[in-house]
Amino acid sequence: MTNTRSATKVVSTWTGRLGLAMTAAAIALPVYAADLLGQPTPGGIGLQPAGDALKRQAIFFHDDILMPIIVGITLLVLFLLLYVMIRFNKRANPVPAQFTHNSTVEVIWTAAPVLILLFLAIFSFRLLFAYHDMPKPDLTVKVTGNQWYWSYAYPDQGGFNFDSNMLPEDKAKAASLPYRLAVDNPMVVPVGKVVHVIVTGADVIHDFANPAFGLKTDAVPGKANETWFKAEKPGVYYGQCDQLCGVNHAFMPIEIDVVDQGKFNAWVGAHGGKIAGATPAPAAPPAAAAVPAADAKKTADAAVQAGLSSRS
Amino acid sequence: MATPAHTADAGHAGHDHVPPFFTRWFLSTNHKDIGILYIIFAIFAGLVGGALSGLIRWELAEPGIQVFAPGSPLANSFLAKLGLIEASKHGYNVVVTAHALVMIFFMVMPAMIGGFGNFFVPIMIGAPDMAFPRMNNISFWLLVFSFVVLVTSLTVDGGPGKGFGGGWTMYPPLSTTGHTGPAMDLAILSLHLAGASSILGSINFITTIFNMRAPGMTLHRMPLFVWSVLVTVFLLLLSLPVLAGAITMLLTDRNFGTSFFNPAGGGDPTMYQHLFWFFGHPEVYILILPGFGMVSHIVATFSRKPVFGYLAMVYAMVAIGVLGFVVWAHHMFTTGMNLDLQAYFSAATMIIAVPTGIKVFSWIATMWGGSIDFKTPMLFAIGFIFLFTVGGVTGVVLSSASMDYTFHDTYYVVAHFHYVLSLGAVFAIFAGFYYWFEKMWGVKYNEALGALHFWLMFIGVNIVFFPMHFLGAQGMPRRYVDYPEAFAHWNKVSSIGYVIAAVATLVFMAMLLEAIVRRRAAVANPWGEGATTLEWTLSSPPPYHQFNELPVIATEAH
Repeated sequence: MTNTRSATKVVSTWTGRLGLAMTAAAIALPVYAADLLGQPTPGGIGLQPAGDALKRQAIFFHDDILMPIIVGITLLVLFLLLYVMIRFNKRANPVPAQFTHNSTVEVIWTAAPVLILLFLAIFSFRLLFAYHDMPKPDLTVKVTGNQWYWSYAYPDQGGFNFDSNMLPEDKAKAASLPYRLAVDNPMVVPVGKVVHVIVTGADVIHDFANPAFGLKTDAVPGKANETWFKAEKPGVYYGQCDQLCGVNHAFMPIEIDVVDQGKFNAWVGAHGGKIAGATPAPAAPPAAAAVPAADAKKTADAAVQAGLSSRS
Repeated sequence: MATPAHTADAGHAGHDHVPPFFTRWFLSTNHKDIGILYIIFAIFAGLVGGALSGLIRWELAEPGIQVFAPGSPLANSFLAKLGLIEASKHGYNVVVTAHALVMIFFMVMPAMIGGFGNFFVPIMIGAPDMAFPRMNNISFWLLVFSFVVLVTSLTVDGGPGKGFGGGWTMYPPLSTTGHTGPAMDLAILSLHLAGASSILGSINFITTIFNMRAPGMTLHRMPLFVWSVLVTVFLLLLSLPVLAGAITMLLTDRNFGTSFFNPAGGGDPTMYQHLFWFFGHPEVYILILPGFGMVSHIVATFSRKPVFGYLAMVYAMVAIGVLGFVVWAHHMFTTGMNLDLQAYFSAATMIIAVPTGIKVFSWIATMWGGSIDFKTPMLFAIGFIFLFTVGGVTGVVLSSASMDYTFHDTYYVVAHFHYVLSLGAVFAIFAGFYYWFEKMWGVKYNEALGALHFWLMFIGVNIVFFPMHFLGAQGMPRRYVDYPEAFAHWNKVSSIGYVIAAVATLVFMAMLLEAIVRRRAAVANPWGEGATTLEWTLSSPPPYHQFNELPVIATEAH
């Protein structure tokens, strides 16, 4: 959103920029200080700030590579249109030329886009492969989309699971949380750890999306899709269901609370799970019995939901 | 582009045997009358689809649910009382679905292919009529019945409420187990009828263009609009049977216990998406290609200069048509597709920018050195070129699977496809409508009203759709009846833009009314030496039967 270098300049110096850009990709780029992390900013016009390295790379690709090029091309077309409208209107140029060919310019406007696309492809594919190159995960979270709430299960921490519903308007307002984004039971993960997310759907297709981490994975019934992220700092990160799933499609937000390891361990303990390597928590059956009292209204659901897809 | 050696027909109008009213308009086999019927139908459907988008923008003007809620003005309106629209969250989804289906199948396609295609393809190639006039008739009436069935579907039970609210893409399981009522079955029937109509029309165009060209009208002398329709109908003929198969499988999954898309029975919901988009992606080129053809003629006419790079323009359209069939899964980057496939579909999609760029630059080169007259059709054509470019470059952004993880199913995508369709295809339709106004209707339009229509429309639709890029970048998902407070600002702006675009539509209606009332006599060629295709050699409107003696095309096209 910041840069308006013309496409031609980018092409002419593309080899030089390539090296520069590669280095730039590796170093952290400043996030837009004004924008909120983990949720949309009122009146915001750019991408949400990054909560992990992949999203930062995506922001770099969009803001520093794609935007200058597409803005440049658009301005070039606009300039050419304005030029012909002024220079070649019927008053300025009463007698029209009759040429219909010019091999040189035709070759240029075929070859130049090819070169620009090749340049873009380098960044596009690097980012694509980075998205699919998951390091060894520290924990796995199973996410199930339901009409119209999300269920989270933690198989590595004793297999406990719970449902996550949108906070009703009065409760969200009372707690000064963003209505339509905040939930009653968020997904909680430790900071700085590789979180492997397995996404599936229980009834219809939903989509597990969280802009700060560049997450967007369809929750397809009968299919286990996977994605991953590694949150850089503690905080609350909101996302929403991104695939039309029926009446309450707009009302099944995704809240990921990133906390430090200690808080995470405590949270797992409170849900009756156990941390591998830590002192074993009291042997609690997965799910139901250990769901804390605060989540009592969830207990019945959780008890039913022994497996991933038993709700369907 | 082509000069006929004789134009003997112009004076033959008196020999026409024009049938009586009912026979002429209800049993019509005349390509020009059927073209007129298609255009009137498309205007009607466009008003319906535009009103539906008004309901969407009204609801989204502010956070919270105000319109699709009990007790709202909509709930008390005659639409709700007639049972057409339900004021509920489900009703909103139904309206979004209906807006898409009406605009795609009943507005853009009938206007471009059925309307302008029927009226002008035979004339431009020097043919007396379409190859199969009765098939032409049934193509039109199937579409009318298809529309009636779609409207009926709004009034019957869908499952969560009245009508089908699963989006025009109709993904299962939402369209199977998620919508148990008959509304979805009626929507399937409606699409089957519309598909049959288009397939019959496609066969008709292909036969006409291949077999009925006037002597000397070689393929490489054919006007670009005819080329664009030829490529379009091939896309239709090859893609629609796949849609028909996919929705038939939906029908049997819903009613006859099959499990094509049901994982519990060994099926796969993403298989439907592959089948749908194998149709759906060519479909979006079907919507824009005839516009490419029209814009080429209009730009050349008002620049008083032949089309620049005719052959490149032809083969760019053919290339876009071919590429359109091998990029479908870029709509499915988030479904958990194999990485290599995602890489392939990203790369293939980017390549489409090349032939599209050739077209944009060739239009500008056509104007370069010309003597441009800014009549209303030319305003819409220039507007089209710029706005289509804006929609095109956001398409380059979306082509990367890695960017799509950020933008997929957000308002960025809504902005992108409305820039190429609502601002691209619709501007091309208006350009063609004004360009051929005298030729089709036999009266002149008012240039001032036309220009006012253009400027209001241009400003309005940009205010509607440009802020959607911002909303999408901030992460606002599509097809949401309600949204977090943070998205309120740009949604408000977008809804204000809708009001301007609605006023533009009123000006369009006023323009039609003024032309009907004043009845200024049309001339055969109002645009002068720049207008070189065969329709300008005939009277306005053309005789009921043209080319009783075939024109001979003597000149090189380029």
